[in-house]
Amino acid sequence: MYELLQQLLGDSILVYVIGAALPLLFILPYALVTVLLEMKVSAHMQDRVAYMYTGWHGVLQPVADIVKLLQKEDTIPGVADKTLFRLAPYLVFMGSYAGFAAIPFSSAYIGSDIDLGVFYIVAITSLAVIGILMAGWASNNKWSLFGAMRSAAQIVSYEIPTALSILVAVMITGSLNLQDVTHFQDGGFWNWVVFGGPLPLTQKLLLLPFTLVSFFILFIAGIAEVNRTPFDLPEAESELVQGYNTEYSGMKFAIFYLAEYANVFLVSAIVVSLYLGGWTSPFGEFMSGPIWGFFWFVAKGMFFVFMQIWIRWTLPRLRVDQLMYTSWKVLTPFLFVCIFAVGFILVV
Amino acid sequence: MDLYAVVFYAFAFITLAAGAIVVFSRNIVHAAFALLFAFFGVAGLYVLLMADFLAITQLLIYVGGILVLVLFGVMLTSNTIDVQMKTSTIQTFPAVLIVAALAGTLIGIFWSTDWKTTTDPPIQATAPKIGEMMLTSYLLPFEIASVVLLVALVGAAMIARREKKA
Repeated sequence: MYELLQQLLGDSILVYVIGAALPLLFILPYALVTVLLEMKVSAHMQDRVAYMYTGWHGVLQPVADIVKLLQKEDTIPGVADKTLFRLAPYLVFMGSYAGFAAIPFSSAYIGSDIDLGVFYIVAITSLAVIGILMAGWASNNKWSLFGAMRSAAQIVSYEIPTALSILVAVMITGSLNLQDVTHFQDGGFWNWVVFGGPLPLTQKLLLLPFTLVSFFILFIAGIAEVNRTPFDLPEAESELVQGYNTEYSGMKFAIFYLAEYANVFLVSAIVVSLYLGGWTSPFGEFMSGPIWGFFWFVAKGMFFVFMQIWIRWTLPRLRVDQLMYTSWKVLTPFLFVCIFAVGFILVV
Repeated sequence: MDLYAVVFYAFAFITLAAGAIVVFSRNIVHAAFALLFAFFGVAGLYVLLMADFLAITQLLIYVGGILVLVLFGVMLTSNTIDVQMKTSTIQTFPAVLIVAALAGTLIGIFWSTDWKTTTDPPIQATAPKIGEMMLTSYLLPFEIASVVLLVALVGAAMIARREKKA
């Protein structure tokens, strides 16, 4: 991708600016689609129809929403800390957008082909925690502060199961670079890490239970990391109004929303790249190539986005103690067993 | 100036400016948040030195761990914006003496050190090398560090979960 841009534009800093902006071209339309999807899926699950008047079956509703958000007055509470209040939404979005730098969208495009890809994503997304704490504190509102505190505690504790389940996939593939991880799983769905990777049959069968468990745990912990139901305690409407973004309106609120949806896709993208073959075709050579690769990546990613919406509108919210119990006493011990077993099988 | 120099000065400026806010800000929460940019700038400088593993670890440990802890502490102590934490200058003379001595020592070391420069190309994949070193040459320090962390963890759990007996 960078070679092509360099041929077109010469060797200048512009090449890298364009390369860095490409994921944004995906995230913005994706967020529009997902806002509509969220409303439609939730409505059909509850036997409603949702928007019907703006365009065919309400497909233009996200556009109307954006126009509304642009027109809204951008209010800042009088007793808020103005500087931090303004800075917080950008910090939250920066944290999730920076994560996209190491996501391989196709065999031809990855923002930054660094060796420590997944490790970098785990580290840089912690910027979002700081942004949430900043938003909660700067609003000078008890609900916001409680929401931010809950959110930070939740994200910090769920970082452990996330990192451990990433480690299981990394042990099998032997690389932290998501592009290499994806190449490792090339050649059809039976080569995906969730099915044991392209290893000899006996090893695959032995690995299968452990990779399946850690795959599900990665997805669960990922949902917790992005604060969505059943882990949406930081925004629990019935207790905290809207959590850390209670005081936000207009475009600042829209940026929080964009960051949430970007995070939803980021989690799906990590799950897909590590366990489900990333941009590789499920049928081996059939329908493979850079463009089909992008198609498969987005298709798999959107499936998990749909799963997250589905779960959101199906399950009730956990209590704080149940949340911590799940992380420390269920997910983490299971993953320790998985790591030990996978290491044992790979070495012996 | 080439691109490298521009990026270096940008990160150096971020680090120093944020550090100045940490020291001079009267608002303790602003100081804590400014630390974020200081840590971030240092991570950027590590990247420029081709120490990518160190840079990412810096982000993970300092931003993701220590800073969150600091913010928790600061936010719970000064809960609202209206309550000002008192920050004033006391004991100016001893402070000046100590700072001068420290600065003098650091500058002296900086000038007298024979800085090694190398023209070897930097190692591309640092993580495998670091992992190998940790499990061979530096196994003992690595294990001691993990035991120290375990002790701290057990201690924290002991303090937090002490049962109230009548």
